[in-house]
Amino acid sequence: MKRLLLLLPLVLFLGLVGYFAVGLRHDPSVLPSAMIDKPAPDFALGPVLDGVPGLSSQDLKGQVSLVNVFASWCAPCRVEHPLLTRLAREQGIAINAIAYKDKPEATRTFLAQMGNPFSRIGMDQDGRVAIDWGVYGVPETYVIDRQGRIRYRHVGPLMPRDVEEKILPMIRELSK
Amino acid sequence: MIPELGHYALVLALLLALVQSTLPFVGAARGNLAWMEVAKPAAYGQLLMILVAFLALTWAHVVSDFSVLNVVQNSHSAKPMLYKVAGVWGNHEGSLVLWVLMLALFGAAVAYYGRNLPDTLKARVLGVQGLIGVGFLLFMLATSNPFVRVSPVPLDGNDLNPLLQDPGLAFHPPFLYLGYVGFSVAFAFAAGALIEGRVDPAWGRWVRPWTLVAWSSLTLGIAMGSWWAYYELGWGGWWFWDPVENASLMPWLAGTALAHSAIVVEKRDALKTWTILLAILTFTLSLMGTFLVRSGVLTSVHAFAVDPARGTAILVLLGLATGGSLLLYALRAGSLRVGGVFAPVSREGALVLNNLLLSTACAVVLLGTLYPLFLDVVGGAKISVGAPFFNATFLPLAVPLVAVMGVGPFLAWKRADLGGVLGRLWLAALLTAASVLWALYAHGTRPVMALVGIGMGAWAAFAALFEVAERIKLFRGPLADSWARAKGLPRGAWGTALAHAGLGIAIIGMVGTSVWRAEDIRVMRLGDTAALAGYSFSLDKVEELRVANYVTEMGTFTLRRDGRVIATLHPEQRWYPVAKMQTTEAAIHTTFVSDLYAVLGDRTEDGSGWVVRLYHHPLVPWIWFGSVIMVAGGLVSLSDRRLRVGVPARRVLPAAGPAAQPAE
Amino acid sequence: MRLPARILAAAGLATLLAGPAFAVLPDEKLADPALEARAREISQELRCLVCQNQSIDDSNAPLARDLRVLVRERLAAGDSNGQVLQYLTDRYGDFVLLKPPVRPYTWVLWFGPFALLLVAGAGTAFYLRNRRSEAVQAAAGLTAEEEARLQALLATDAGDGAGDETDGERRR
Repeated sequence: MKRLLLLLPLVLFLGLVGYFAVGLRHDPSVLPSAMIDKPAPDFALGPVLDGVPGLSSQDLKGQVSLVNVFASWCAPCRVEHPLLTRLAREQGIAINAIAYKDKPEATRTFLAQMGNPFSRIGMDQDGRVAIDWGVYGVPETYVIDRQGRIRYRHVGPLMPRDVEEKILPMIRELSK
Repeated sequence: MIPELGHYALVLALLLALVQSTLPFVGAARGNLAWMEVAKPAAYGQLLMILVAFLALTWAHVVSDFSVLNVVQNSHSAKPMLYKVAGVWGNHEGSLVLWVLMLALFGAAVAYYGRNLPDTLKARVLGVQGLIGVGFLLFMLATSNPFVRVSPVPLDGNDLNPLLQDPGLAFHPPFLYLGYVGFSVAFAFAAGALIEGRVDPAWGRWVRPWTLVAWSSLTLGIAMGSWWAYYELGWGGWWFWDPVENASLMPWLAGTALAHSAIVVEKRDALKTWTILLAILTFTLSLMGTFLVRSGVLTSVHAFAVDPARGTAILVLLGLATGGSLLLYALRAGSLRVGGVFAPVSREGALVLNNLLLSTACAVVLLGTLYPLFLDVVGGAKISVGAPFFNATFLPLAVPLVAVMGVGPFLAWKRADLGGVLGRLWLAALLTAASVLWALYAHGTRPVMALVGIGMGAWAAFAALFEVAERIKLFRGPLADSWARAKGLPRGAWGTALAHAGLGIAIIGMVGTSVWRAEDIRVMRLGDTAALAGYSFSLDKVEELRVANYVTEMGTFTLRRDGRVIATLHPEQRWYPVAKMQTTEAAIHTTFVSDLYAVLGDRTEDGSGWVVRLYHHPLVPWIWFGSVIMVAGGLVSLSDRRLRVGVPARRVLPAAGPAAQPAE
Repeated sequence: MRLPARILAAAGLATLLAGPAFAVLPDEKLADPALEARAREISQELRCLVCQNQSIDDSNAPLARDLRVLVRERLAAGDSNGQVLQYLTDRYGDFVLLKPPVRPYTWVLWFGPFALLLVAGAGTAFYLRNRRSEAVQAAAGLTAEEEARLQALLATDAGDGAGDETDGERRR
């Protein structure tokens, strides 16, 4: 009994070291969304670009789509933009967007420079709708199913690997 | 040339540490005195070599040698000299040099002051110190060499993080490290005693001064850090339960427990198995603090991803040092002789309760700090653990701890008369009640925790006061008699009273500013006046100045009370162009029972005024007065002649055990 | 000591940081002091999502500001404190709470140390009692001479008051 008791600190400590070893390989900054499998929040945002309609929760029903939250002042958004463009053009995926806390002119300039892959863009000037989505950093990308429910969230710029391994399989699955 | 010299000195220090960590062990095992004696010159040599390395790095910083990468990354030619020097340890590599310098300093000090130690124990303690040195020197040379050169040589450096360019923070890390590293001595003594298979009261007596040095330094380091946070972060917060802060609080809690349980070992030859464990754990928590802060496990994984070797290396070091010693503990601690018995109500009993509560408090902080990551790693929910959690769990533990603290020093060893002791404390209890009533009268019943807190602080302070009064028989005889007794009272008793009273005073300060803080956030134009807590602040002017390596917008406030000018305050908002960072410099006027605190913020968009934050922080200076008194308590206790001398080497022969004690 | 929110920016994760600014700003404050006090209280319980372990009350990140304004709007609309916290957990999950809710998966966190205290306290008490009765038994087996010495020792110790003055050695 006493022997076991004296061994206990070592055992606990080894557990702690193992935990740290796993912790070292872990990225604590990625947050899961609290909205997964819940319907997208009710919202209606006005348009920002001529010829591209605004975005509301009704628009998200009926087809599998992506919703991208972006801003002209966000550098990583520029990084992922070409990829979004390819997804829309080459894969024919419907991508809607929420322009987050930005001046409308700045958004228009950004899209004029970078091209517009989005079917609909809602202007969320005060960022309130984004809070309803649980957005905490731009860019964020959501996968929405036919019923208008949020199925997946990606935080940070989309990279080709994320698209290949997560986004596309998910869209294929949901489109069946 | 000089940086290469420093690098070379580090390599030599490593070689000496290798010698120090091998020969003395072999010598002690074989009874070869000459081999054991090698530890001493090796420890001195290590100190010398690391000092050379440290001075070489300091030289590179002082003369702004931008061919050294470390200087480029953390300095700038326009930086004030104080921060050129402080910049040496204001970064990962340089702080490691300071870390090993302190380790070597403690190693050399053990070698020097350890003349009374039995030869084998001394050899083993220094051997363990040598092992720690080997680990850290290897780590530094392999992953964090501070002397790396750059080519081509840049024209100027990237500057030190402006938040660190501050007198409070310049000296905060050295004291913190002195504390962390100081606990390595207790650790080495624990490991040495386990190898020897013997712990006796003399062991407790040897360990205590080193623990007190470490504890006092750590207390001062933490106090300086919180003082810095108080004036630098712009609203007067002094503790945030941030993981980095928790990393320093955990060894402090464990070290406090150790300083107390070592007394029981020394006086009563009891709690030995526990004290050994505590000595190991205290240093482990110090190392873990280093790991948590540098590996990026808790803060940002990306800071770590820059150099994946570092986190892993510290983890390996931690695993070897603690894992090894705990293995030794599991194997050997069972054979330690069981010491003296005591009744639950006794000095020992109170110290056991102190240890239980401090350990639990430490476990609360550890769990709160690590649990979110733990849940995340096992795939559970993402949660946050912040100040509200710690306040809800830590404070309930602090209340009984402080209650026991007041009573403990009055209790006799072995068996005490609780009724009698409480009887002698009635006046302290009365004064405590009066303090609570004052708080009630001045501030009302809400929040209840404030009243409890004031009660705790007052109890700790008054009980400590009465402890001394009781022991020198103050007012119960001629004053000259009390004076003679006061001079005759052991320094240890004075130290205890000072440390306990200091904690009480600090608690009152913490409560005061936390619950009775008054705040005014408003836009002020030139000439405006704002009233707060009976004072008035008028904004007289705001000017832009260019100073050293920053530009500043400096405000001038006149502080008045009842129309009388009390002080002129100059809060600043600084911009460091090289580091591209903005800092706020609060202006503080202290009345010693409260602080008036003014912060100048951004100019409003129309340019007509500034966002200004004004605070009245009641009792806040007491946090740091109290801390300084605690440190003084540690130092006074350290100066106790019983700790410095009086341990003739031969006393520790096993046969000289306390044979007359019935417990054996 | 605290890490600025910029760490995340360095991580390539776009944060909602514009320029440095204060935490609570004058234009956010509610006119009703009672409501404003509640808002401050709630803000201190909510995590600034883009920062390291800061509450939205302490943080100068723009998202923290948006959340502070939102908290005040909900309060002005008549929400209770609990409803405001629920509103935010619905969107951001338990992560947004600095004081984690008591759930089965946080039992260890909330009660672990206290359970440990109970077990350790009970264990220590049990151990000490055993040791004492052993000591009494041992004492019973003493010779008359030893008994007398023991009594003398116990008497010294008991009369020793705050025993520090005895130099430890004296007992030997």
